[in-house]
Amino acid sequence: MNLGALSLLDQAVLVLAAMALFSAFALLAQSRLLAAIHVFAWQGALVAAVAALTGAASGDVNLYISAAITFVLKVLLIPWMLHRLVRRLALERQSDPLPYPALTLLAGAAIVVFADWVAAPVAQFEHSATRNVIAISLAIVLLGMLTMVVRRQALAQVLGFMAIENGLFLAAVASTHGMPLVVELGVAFDVLVAMVLFGVFFLQIKDSIDTLDIDRLSQLSASVEQDEATEAQR
Amino acid sequence: MIWLLLAVFTPLAGVLLLALLPRAGAAGWANLGFSALSLAGALGLATRVLRHGVLDAHGFRVDAFNVYLVVLTTFVGLTTAVFSRPYMYYVHTDEKRVSARGMRLYHSMYQGFLFTMLLALTTDNLGILWVAVEGATLATVLLVSLYRTPAAIEAAWKYFILCGVGIAQALFGTVALYFAAQHVLPAGANGLSWSTLYAIAPQLEPRVMVVAFVFLLVGYGTKVGLVPLHSWLPDAHSEGPTPMSAVLSGLLLNVALYAVVRMKMLTDAALAHSATPELAGHLLMGFGLLTFLTAVISLHRRRDIKRLFSYSSIEHMGLMSFGFGVGGPLATFAALLHMLVHALTKSSIFVTVGHATHIARTQRIERIRGLIRTQPAVGWGLLLGVAAIAGFPPFGIFTSEFLLLSATMQLWPWLTPLLVLGLVVAFAGLFRSTQPMVFGAAPPGQYPVRANMLPVLTHLALVLLLGIAIPAVLAHWLDQATQLITGRSLL
Repeated sequence: MNLGALSLLDQAVLVLAAMALFSAFALLAQSRLLAAIHVFAWQGALVAAVAALTGAASGDVNLYISAAITFVLKVLLIPWMLHRLVRRLALERQSDPLPYPALTLLAGAAIVVFADWVAAPVAQFEHSATRNVIAISLAIVLLGMLTMVVRRQALAQVLGFMAIENGLFLAAVASTHGMPLVVELGVAFDVLVAMVLFGVFFLQIKDSIDTLDIDRLSQLSASVEQDEATEAQR
Repeated sequence: MIWLLLAVFTPLAGVLLLALLPRAGAAGWANLGFSALSLAGALGLATRVLRHGVLDAHGFRVDAFNVYLVVLTTFVGLTTAVFSRPYMYYVHTDEKRVSARGMRLYHSMYQGFLFTMLLALTTDNLGILWVAVEGATLATVLLVSLYRTPAAIEAAWKYFILCGVGIAQALFGTVALYFAAQHVLPAGANGLSWSTLYAIAPQLEPRVMVVAFVFLLVGYGTKVGLVPLHSWLPDAHSEGPTPMSAVLSGLLLNVALYAVVRMKMLTDAALAHSATPELAGHLLMGFGLLTFLTAVISLHRRRDIKRLFSYSSIEHMGLMSFGFGVGGPLATFAALLHMLVHALTKSSIFVTVGHATHIARTQRIERIRGLIRTQPAVGWGLLLGVAAIAGFPPFGIFTSEFLLLSATMQLWPWLTPLLVLGLVVAFAGLFRSTQPMVFGAAPPGQYPVRANMLPVLTHLALVLLLGIAIPAVLAHWLDQATQLITGRSLL
């Protein structure tokens, strides 16, 4: 792909998307919670900027609205709520190092290659910039899932969850110039409610188990021996 | 249209009003009233659709396929509300496991759950469908943790995270679908509208549709309870309040499967002239069979009665997915019928189980004994319910499973022994646990509880009726849905 042949706008979108991908890696590896929240806010800002740029290119008002919603929700509101939770639960100093950092980051790199492969069929009827952004957004979604799998801290898992939403939004903006507005609004509403519920949950978990370490939440399980462990507790 | 609005938006009014109603006793009755109104709307809607055909207006679309699920959803919603009123009142006043605020949350979110289910079923927009299914998770997640025990909070967290991540995949699939549609449709057309998409399905780019279908299958499949993403289901069912288990098993799983089947219709049409025309069906069959076999084995050695029956739900969802995957009119008809009878039977079983756990004051199977001595109605209810769910004639599940086996025999004969073997193993697993619970010696000091067996009786009578003779109206109705899905009619 010849980057120089792309329009300036496409190049800008690509750079922003690549930075969002970088922030997904940062989110995966950042062990300090407050720093991770800031990384998440930056990722939201990058994604909102992509939406606004695409809107400027296509003259689509809906995209400006989507960008504004994303900015308010992902850059201001949710990071602020997370900050408040961190202070309320006195987690400012807590760090949550990755168990196998090298292995995890290699897995992340493999995910990016996989995402590129999945997005290959798109290439035949879109120019290459869009295809790359779609691959990047899928990579962000999958990296968010990886974050949720490897991080043990409940708050870090929520950041992974929200990063998945960022990736989905990026995919919608890059591939289709955004979903219909009513869908965008519905999704934003769901994300907001999910965030409120996460907050409620943290307080419940903290009350009943007195830690936010998800490893402690493993008494129930589909497997038989853990089924029995639960029984033994009662 | 007025019936549609009555059916779908009555629960929404219920969400707001029940959140404000402070008295738990009155809220139970109000909950019942809202559910009844919604059922009335659904019945009116069904009559309208059966008489005049597809209703397609203002972003809603109701055809033969979803109208029967709408009626089923509102019906099970009502009967479960009948059960839930005294049950939750008892939990609130006698057991004191739920506070007054908890009861308000419960009733409000019960209606919220029904609203999201009905919206997901009736909307024409695949994006709204996603929003509604995600909304259903959000509405029920706090109900799973209603009892605030560590186990309940853990179950709710798992449910939230697993379903949230799963459903995110479905949104990616929806985006991919929209992307494919935009390349065919003129600018300004609504590329997420089901009616529009179905008309242009053969022109959709096959390779993008494959990506979209895989993501949607994984996403909604998490909610269906397909293995390997099923582990939230037994936890959520066993730790949440019993009326929730009844509606989750009876309704949520069906609605998620409905979304998958709608997608399969599009994918089949798009792939018709490609190298792999039946890819979607094969994927569904594979996941369905894996789910069925895993659940069948898991039915053995369960210790918690609600976990036992939630594995049975997974088993039946696997069978239905398999049926839709096999395709063809006979298997599709069987799967549609199975959705209906399974929802009715499983919610009646959970209602009975709710009473049984109140009698024994535990959910542990080994401590639930002698139900038929202590309270014959509950004992018989459980016995008949299990007989029905295990596929005994003359209950309706026998009919649908028999049809499904016949269809498999025609198209995939070498898979039939596997299915039969699975059904036998499931039967053994269920009866091994049920027999001592019903007939064992009752422990001393076990007393009957106030039980409302009306929902159980109604459901089992309906399942029996469906097993003996499917009414002509309903058969015609299911046949229309079959024709919609497969393009050919059975009858």
